[in-house]
Amino acid sequence: MHIGIDVGGTNTDAVLMDGTAVLAGVKQSTTPDVTSGIVSAIEELRRGHPFEGAQVTAVMIGTTHFINALVQARRLAPTAALRLGLPATRALPPLIDWPQPLREAIRARSYLAHGGYEFDGRPISPLDPEELKRHAVDMAANGVRSVAISSVFSPVNHDLEVEAAAIVAGELGPDVAISLSHEIGRIGLLERENATIINAALRELASEIVDGLTSAVRSHGIDAPIFLSQNDGTLMDEDYVRLYPVATFASGPTNSMRGAAVTSGLETCAVVDVGGTTADIGLLVNGFPRETTTEVTVAGIRTNFRMPDVLSIGIGGGSLVDTATNEVGPESVGYRLTSDALVFGGSTLTATDIAVAAGRADIGDADLVRHLDRAMVGAVLDRIAERISEAVDRMRTSAAPIPVVAVGGGSILLPDELPIFGAVHRPENYAVANAIGASIAQVGGEIDKIYAVEPGRRDAILDEVRQEAVDKAIAAGAKPRSVSIVDFDEVPIPYLPGNATRIRAKAVGDLDMGQ
Amino acid sequence: MTVSWTIDESTITDLARGAAVLGTGGGGDPYIGALLATQALREHGPVTVVSPDEVPDDALALTVAMMGAPTVMVEKLPNLDEVIAPVTALAASLGRPVTHIACAEVGGVNSTIPVAAAAALGLPLLDADGMGRAFPELQMVLPTLYGITASPLAFADEKGNTGVLRTIDNTWTERIARVAAVEMGCSIMIAGFPMTGAQAREALVPHTLSASVRIGQGILAARRENEDPVTRVAELLGGRELFSGKVVDVERATTTGFARGRARIDGADGSLTLLFQNEHLLAELDGRVLVTTPDLIMVLEHESGEPITTEGLRYGQRVRVLAAPSDERWHSPEALAMVGPGYFGYDTASHRFDGREEGAR
Repeated sequence: MHIGIDVGGTNTDAVLMDGTAVLAGVKQSTTPDVTSGIVSAIEELRRGHPFEGAQVTAVMIGTTHFINALVQARRLAPTAALRLGLPATRALPPLIDWPQPLREAIRARSYLAHGGYEFDGRPISPLDPEELKRHAVDMAANGVRSVAISSVFSPVNHDLEVEAAAIVAGELGPDVAISLSHEIGRIGLLERENATIINAALRELASEIVDGLTSAVRSHGIDAPIFLSQNDGTLMDEDYVRLYPVATFASGPTNSMRGAAVTSGLETCAVVDVGGTTADIGLLVNGFPRETTTEVTVAGIRTNFRMPDVLSIGIGGGSLVDTATNEVGPESVGYRLTSDALVFGGSTLTATDIAVAAGRADIGDADLVRHLDRAMVGAVLDRIAERISEAVDRMRTSAAPIPVVAVGGGSILLPDELPIFGAVHRPENYAVANAIGASIAQVGGEIDKIYAVEPGRRDAILDEVRQEAVDKAIAAGAKPRSVSIVDFDEVPIPYLPGNATRIRAKAVGDLDMGQ
Repeated sequence: MTVSWTIDESTITDLARGAAVLGTGGGGDPYIGALLATQALREHGPVTVVSPDEVPDDALALTVAMMGAPTVMVEKLPNLDEVIAPVTALAASLGRPVTHIACAEVGGVNSTIPVAAAAALGLPLLDADGMGRAFPELQMVLPTLYGITASPLAFADEKGNTGVLRTIDNTWTERIARVAAVEMGCSIMIAGFPMTGAQAREALVPHTLSASVRIGQGILAARRENEDPVTRVAELLGGRELFSGKVVDVERATTTGFARGRARIDGADGSLTLLFQNEHLLAELDGRVLVTTPDLIMVLEHESGEPITTEGLRYGQRVRVLAAPSDERWHSPEALAMVGPGYFGYDTASHRFDGREEGAR
C-alpha cells in the first residue's frame, strides 16, 4: 500500500491506497507548521485503517510550499544570475523585468559573461574562465549562496552551462548550489533564465522542506521512499526536489484534476472543479493535464514553465444571484456561505440556494427557499449549465466529444446532462481527489529542443528524441516495460533555414516501487 | 496632425498593443522589442515623434528593422549597439548624417526596434511607416513604388560585424541580406531605404505610430469604461467588424520559411475562413471572398479586444474579425503585383474592401 498527501493552502488531504483502491481518506486543516499537519494526517489514516510502517511502499506528497515561498518572498536564498552570451544580450541583462521587492528578497546579483551558442550550434564566443572566476569571487564577496547559470541557446547545446558551472563551483565550493537553465526551461532565454533563478532561490528551502517531510514520515516508522508531485502530475524523488524545487509549482490543480480522472476511471476528459467562488476547468489528455502554450507570470515574473491550462469562471456555490438577469457571480459570499445563504437562515440569495430549491442538493433548510419562483430557479440553473458548457467547449482542442467530470462542493450546481457534452460524471471520493491525484505513481521524462532536421533524417531524429525521453523516464525510476510516449510535438520554426524544428517528447511510466 | 509628440516608457505598451492590431496577425510577440525600447528610453530619454509634414525637404531618413527569425530573437536577445550600428554604417557610406528614423512596418518588433534606435541615437522618429500594416518581405513597402530602393542597406550583428549592400534591385537586397542574416545567427538589424524628407512625406504611410498609440490606449480605455474594445478599434481604424465566432479549426504548415495556414471560424452568420502567411491575407464567408490583402484583416479576442497573432490562433478561441481599408496606394496595379493575393499564391482577384460604407476615415 502507499500514501498520497496533498498539502494545500487551506486543507491537507491524505489517502491510504492499495493499488487504485482507497483504503482510507482524511481531510484536515493545513497547519502553519506543515510537518505536524502531515504527522497528524498519517495518524488519522491509521485510525481509519490500521497499518504497519513497513507495509507502506511509497509516500507521495503534493505541496504548495515552494510557490508560496516565492509569492510571499520569504525564505529565499541570496542568489546570483550568471548568463553566458556576450557580446550578445547585454542590453537586457538577467532579472531585467523582475519586481523590485523580489529582487531585494533574493539579494539579486546579475552577471554577464562570454559564451553561448547560435541557433545552429555554432559558438557565439568561447568561454573565458578568468572572467567567470572574477564573477565568482564577486559573488562570494556579496554573500551569494545559490547561482543560476543560463546560456544563449542552451536547449540546442548545453555544454557551456556545464563547463561554466564547474569553474564557478571551483571558486565557490560545494556549499553554493548551482542551477542550470537547460535542465529547467525551454526556448525563450529570459523566461527560462527567470525559472532558473527562481529555482536557485528555492534550493536552500528545498533541503529544509525535504528534511522536514522526511522526518514527519519516518516518525511513523515508515521507511519507504518519499516522492513529490511535479507540475504535470508525475513524481520526483527527494534528491530531485532538492535540485529542482521549481518543478512542484503547479502540482495543486494538477493533482486535483488527475485525482478526479482516476476516481471516475477516465483518462481523457474535461474536469470541472466547482468551489465556492469559481469553477476551474481543465483538460486531461491520457491522464495528464493539457499545459499552457504561452508564457505564464508567477509572482510578477514571466516564465515558461509548463503549467496546467486552467480556465476559471466566476461560478461557485457562494455566487450571488441576480434575479433580474438570472445570472450568477462573479461576486460570492465565499466562506460566509453557511451564515449568509438563505438555506442557512441568511438573507443573501446564492447559487447554493437555487440548487437546493431545485432539489439538486440537501443542504441547510430547504423550507427557507421553497418560496423561490420555479421559473427563475430553472432559468438560473440553465444559464449556469450553458456557461459551464461554453467554458468546457473553449478549453477543448477539437470538436471531438469529450466526457465531463464534475468535482468540488459547488458541483451540485451542475445538471446531470450538460448541453453539448451529455452526461456529467460525478466520481466518489472526490473530496480527497487531490491526495488521490498525488498518489498516482507515475514518473516521466521530457525532451524539448531544437533540431536541424536534414532531409531523409526526420524519422531517425524523431526516434532518437523519443528514446531519449524514455531513457530519462527510466532514469527517474520508471519500470522500463511500462514506459510509453504520452505527448509528442514537432513544430517547424518560421524564417529559420535548415529545417530547424522544435521537437518535444514526453515519456511516462509506472514508478518502480520495488514489489 | 502637425504637432510633434514624444514616446516615453509609459507609451511603449500602448504603441506595441496598437501596432499588433495593425500588424494584421504578423510580427510575432512584441515583448522583447518593447523591453529593448523601454531600456533605451530609460537610458537615453524620450523620443520625439514628428509628423512627415514637419520634416524638412532635405532631411535624411532611414528605416530600421530586425531581420531574421523571431524565435532567435527571444533567445539571442538584441543589443542597442547592433541597432545603432547599421544606421552609423549607412550614414558613413552616404557621407551625410542621418536626421530621422522611420519604421518599415507596424506590428511586432519592427515598430519598437526603431523607437530603441531613435532613443539610442538621439534622433527624432517619423510618425509614419512603409506599409501601414505588416507584410513578410523587405521590398513590400510603398517607397518601392516611388523608386526608392532598400539599397544601400546596412546590416549588423551583435559581434560588431557590419556590412553595406549596394544592389541592383530589392529582390537582390532581400536575397543577399537573408544569406547574411543566417550566417550572422538569424537575427540581425538592418537600416535602409534612405530617403529625403520630401520623399518620406510622399512615400510613407503617415501617422501610423500615433494611430497605434491611439488604438492601444483605446482598447484599455474601453475596457476601463465597460465599453466594447473591438467596436472602439473598428471606429479608430475606419473599418468594421466582419464576423464574430469561435475558432473551430486551424491548419498550419511551415513551407518556404513562412507560417502558412488557414483558420475556420464558425458563428451565427456562417463560417468564415481566414488564409494567412504570417499575416492574415484573405477572409472568405461561406466561400465568398470578403476581404483580401492588401486591405487589413485583424483578429481580436472577443471580449478584451486583445490582438491575436496568426501563431496564437487556437481552437476554441472566441474572436471577432475586423477589416479596414489599407492605404489607397496599395491598390494600384504595380502594388497589387507586389502584395496582392496572386503574389502569395492565392487564385483570387484583389477584392477591394471599402470600410467607408460603415465608418468614416
